[in-house]
This record gives sequence, C-alpha cells and structure tokens, in this order.
Amino acid sequence: MRYAFYPGCVAQGAAPELYNSTIEVCRKLGVDLDAAAMQSASCTGAGVLQEKNQRLGDTLNARNFALAERSGLPLLTICSTCQGVMSQANQRLTSDAEYLSQVNTDLAEEGLEYMGTADPKHLLWIIVEDIGIDKLKSMVVRPLTGFKAAPFYGCYLVRPSSSLGFAENPDRSDALEQVIEAVGATVVDFPGKTLCCGFPILTINQTNSMKMVSNHTLDAKGRGADAMVTPCPLCHLNLDGYQPQAAKQAQQPIDLPIMHLPQMIGLALGIEPAAMRLNKHIISTRKMLSTIGVSP
Amino acid sequence: MEVTFSVKRFNPEEGGKAPHFQSYTLEMDESSTVLDGLIRIREEVDGSLTLRCSCRSAICGSCGMRINGQAGLACNTKVIDAMRGDAPITVEPMGNMPVVKDLVTDMALHWDKVRAIEPWMQYSGPEPEAEHIAPNEDMVHLAGVMSCIMCGACVSDCTSLEVDKNFVGPAALAKSYRFVADPRDNADAARLGSLNEYGGIWDCTRCMQCVEVCPKGVAPMERIMSLRDKAIDAGFVNTNGARHAEAFANSVEHSGWLDETSLVVNTYGKTNIKEMIKLIPVAARSFKVGKVPPLVHKKRPGAENVRRIFEKVESKK
Repeated sequence: MRYAFYPGCVAQGAAPELYNSTIEVCRKLGVDLDAAAMQSASCTGAGVLQEKNQRLGDTLNARNFALAERSGLPLLTICSTCQGVMSQANQRLTSDAEYLSQVNTDLAEEGLEYMGTADPKHLLWIIVEDIGIDKLKSMVVRPLTGFKAAPFYGCYLVRPSSSLGFAENPDRSDALEQVIEAVGATVVDFPGKTLCCGFPILTINQTNSMKMVSNHTLDAKGRGADAMVTPCPLCHLNLDGYQPQAAKQAQQPIDLPIMHLPQMIGLALGIEPAAMRLNKHIISTRKMLSTIGVSP
Repeated sequence: MEVTFSVKRFNPEEGGKAPHFQSYTLEMDESSTVLDGLIRIREEVDGSLTLRCSCRSAICGSCGMRINGQAGLACNTKVIDAMRGDAPITVEPMGNMPVVKDLVTDMALHWDKVRAIEPWMQYSGPEPEAEHIAPNEDMVHLAGVMSCIMCGACVSDCTSLEVDKNFVGPAALAKSYRFVADPRDNADAARLGSLNEYGGIWDCTRCMQCVEVCPKGVAPMERIMSLRDKAIDAGFVNTNGARHAEAFANSVEHSGWLDETSLVVNTYGKTNIKEMIKLIPVAARSFKVGKVPPLVHKKRPGAENVRRIFEKVESKK
C-alpha cells in the first residue's frame, strides 16, 4: 500500500512527535508513504483562509489534489483539521463541474489540472477501511491490556457529517473506538469526545479555551481514563500543551497524558516510546507507560 | 416494530430528585417520528411526561430536544433513523438552558440573545414612497438564513456557549448576518462593531456543531465566518481574531504553509509585551521536554505558485 503523504503544517512544526510516530507506525503496518509527491503542497487553509475567501481555499486544495493525482497515489493525511477542510473543498469542487473548471484556470499556469478523482483519507480511516481492523489486531505484539483510553476525534473529522462520507463509510463514526479496542485497550466513552478542544480560540479567548481543555480532560479522567488519544494534532497542542494552564485555571491537577493516534498504535506494535517521542510531551507519559509495562 | 425510548425526566416539584432516565417501550409504525412516540407516551402510558410541541411539521420550532445526544426536532426525526441496534433512543432536554420540567427548557437565554442583536430592519435613508424593494439577486442568498425557525437546536449544542453564556451564540449571529447582508439595512457598522466585542463573532470555535444540528440548513457558523470577513472589511481589525486571520493568510501566501511561531506573535501583536511575557512559560515548558518546532520556517518548494494563486484569486473577490 502506497500513499501520497500529506502530513499538514502542525506535524511538520509544533507536533514533531506526530510526524515521527506516523513514519514508525506506517513502516510496521506496511504503509509506504511518498512524501516527495506532496512536497510542494500548501496548507489547506485550515478553515481560517476559508473565512476570508472560500474560493482561495478551494483553489489551494484543488492544487494539492492535482499534485496527488499526478503521483497516481491515494492521498493520506494525519490531521483531523486537514481532513475536514479537504473533504469539504473536495465536495464543492467535485459536485459542480463549472466551478471546478473555473478553479482549474488558476492552476493552469503551473501545468496542473484537478480531474476530481482525489479521495483524501485520514490515517484513522485508512486503518479501518484499507488495512482493516482484523489485520491491525493480528499485528499487535504488545496488547495494551488494562489500558483505558478516551477517544478525542477533533471537530473536523466528525462534522459536517454530510461532507465526510459517513453515509458510505459507516465505520468512520466509531473508527477511533475500533482502533482502541483492536490494540487491546479499553474505551473510556465520554460525551466530549466529538466536541471542541478549544484550540481555535486559544489566542482569542484563552479563558474559554482552557475551560474546554479542563472540562474534557477532567471528565475523561473522572471516568477512569489513563490517557486520551487523538487523531488531531491541533487538539493535541491544546489538550497536552496547554493542560498546565487549564489545570491552573480550573484550580485542580489534571495530569492526563494525550497521545497521538499513531503513538498508541505504535506501542501495541512494539515500537519503543522514545522513537515516537513519547518522552517529549508536556504532560508526562511515564506513569501511563508503566501501566502497560513499558519503560519510557 | 418495537421501539424503546430512554427519556430524561426531571420534575422540580419532586423535592430535589435528581434528573434520571426512564424507559418506555412502544409498538410503532416505521414511518413514526420521535415526537409521535413521545406524544403517545404522554397520552397512553404516562401523563406526567412534559414536552413542548405544536405544528409537527418542522415549521414552528417548538419540539427542539436532544435525541441520542444531539439536538434536533423530534417531529422531523424518524424513529427508524434514530434506532441504533438494540440500544434505546435517548431523549433529553436541550443543553445550555435550564430545564423547566422533563423535556421543556427555559429558552430565555436564547430570546435575550436574539433581542440583543436588534433583529429588525434599521434604515436611515429617505422614506421610500412605497415598499422598499431590494433586487432579487441581493436577497436570494439570504433565503437559507431566513429559514431559521428559532428552535434553539444550535444554541443547545454550541460548544462556546457551553463554557461561556456571554457568547451571543449561533442563532443570534445568524440572525444578525441576515440584517448585515440585507441591502436595505444600513446599521452595518454599528452591528459589526458590537459583534466585534468579547462574546461576539470571534468567540465562535468553528466546531460546526450548529451546522450539524440545524434542522433547516441555516449553517449558522458559515454566517459567523461571513460576519468576520465583513467586520474586517469594515475596518474592525484591532482584534486578535482579525490579526490571526491576516497573519495566517500572510504566512501561507509567502511560504506556502503555516509558520506557527510567527502566527502566535502576529496574532497578539509584536508590541504586546504583556502577552509575549505570558508565552514565556509555555515556550519554556516545551523546550524543557525537548518539544521544539523547527527554528527556521522554510518556504515550501513551489511557494511561488501558491503566491500566484493568492494574487489571482484575491483579485477576483
């Protein structure tokens, strides 16, 4: 299995542990990542560019899709936000031939044309749909038995459901829970799992943003979670990176480790924690790792 | 077919009894709605169940409630769509509002917020001789937002309101957009100015809950995004939100992707010493654990193509 690899800005910036763990896990899973194919790809706009100018955002995404088409490979991303923004753009581009041809006029100078065949997919979806949960189960060498993981999807991987192919791919609605169970861990269900982590308003209304972090992490912890697992690097930045501030504001300790999706899978596949930078989190993963009998 | 409802009950007159779920199983027709079921429970099984409803046709907006954890109208949710295997259909009152009894909430917060945005036409030009007619092409795009029935579903599930009741909220903001975008209303500057304050357009998390739950396709969040753009165009640029939008676009335009460090600095404003100082412990914690982003932000290969797209598309706006 070979994919055009679109890591997104955050995995190449503030969340290098997501990038590293993805490379390690995909190697184990036999997923071949072609990073060169998307080397000149741009940011998706993350919904922020789209606020100002949707056509601009759609054109940038059409360009990225055209680059993937040129490689002849399906497009893989590891960011919930990138996935959501790409899915929404792709829906607009592929449902209106006239719009697509207008957008393509702005790509022509670079010799690109988007034909409308890209199907961007998050690693989480690729695991349940292309690799298969049974295959993943069969590759587990270190079952995370007794480990309690709370899923946290990230808004853009669940809404709007009409843009994300949930009707055609019903596994997408509980893919994260399926993966948690496949690696031998126990799902800690909680209502916040599909809600907002607060990251988008971090610099705008930090008080509200921190309330979201403390509400979700304390709820998950109160239900017995050893850690939270997320396929979204932006959620990780807030839930892990700003958890100390959130705890300070909430006036109570939280100390809930937040794992990127591939980090949890990697542990079950026998990858060493340091190779996935699990030792480089703001909230220490040391105690969490000891519960599954792994030294940090 | 057999349908089981798990309904959240609460009666303030039952001296402090906590809200709890109660199960009801009915034999129902496949075409039945959740509202049909609740009305039958009230009329045939348990007369004490309290709910609000009227038109049964998704027009009046009375029967907003949470079905399987998500806000919507009971009258346009079919039981067959709400059933998930053997699990009961859970029915709860809307969120972000106090519960009066069972499925009935006190919607005062919702109405107060709608009133606060002054939801009436404000026109200050010369008195028109007859009707004040707007060209069709200026109005047709407002059809979507005008179909709001004020059911409160978006208010119920808004993640920003959940942590801060000061937020104007999706329904009121969508209503405000309806007037800002109406060519006959000329109070735009005042409206946008007030929405630019704390609790206004920039407090939306863009989580899309309102888009997902709205039973009428109003897409409040998209209206909020349009209001942000209109506020910036109207000169309201001295907010972290406006600076964030600009810094984000600049970063992508010039390098092809996001420079997170400069985004944060430019959002607060380079001369905002107070905020810069607050960033020190955040950065120090990251460095301490070795979670360090690349120190130099390099351009993507082909960034000049991205820049050309910005110039071409922005010139069309």
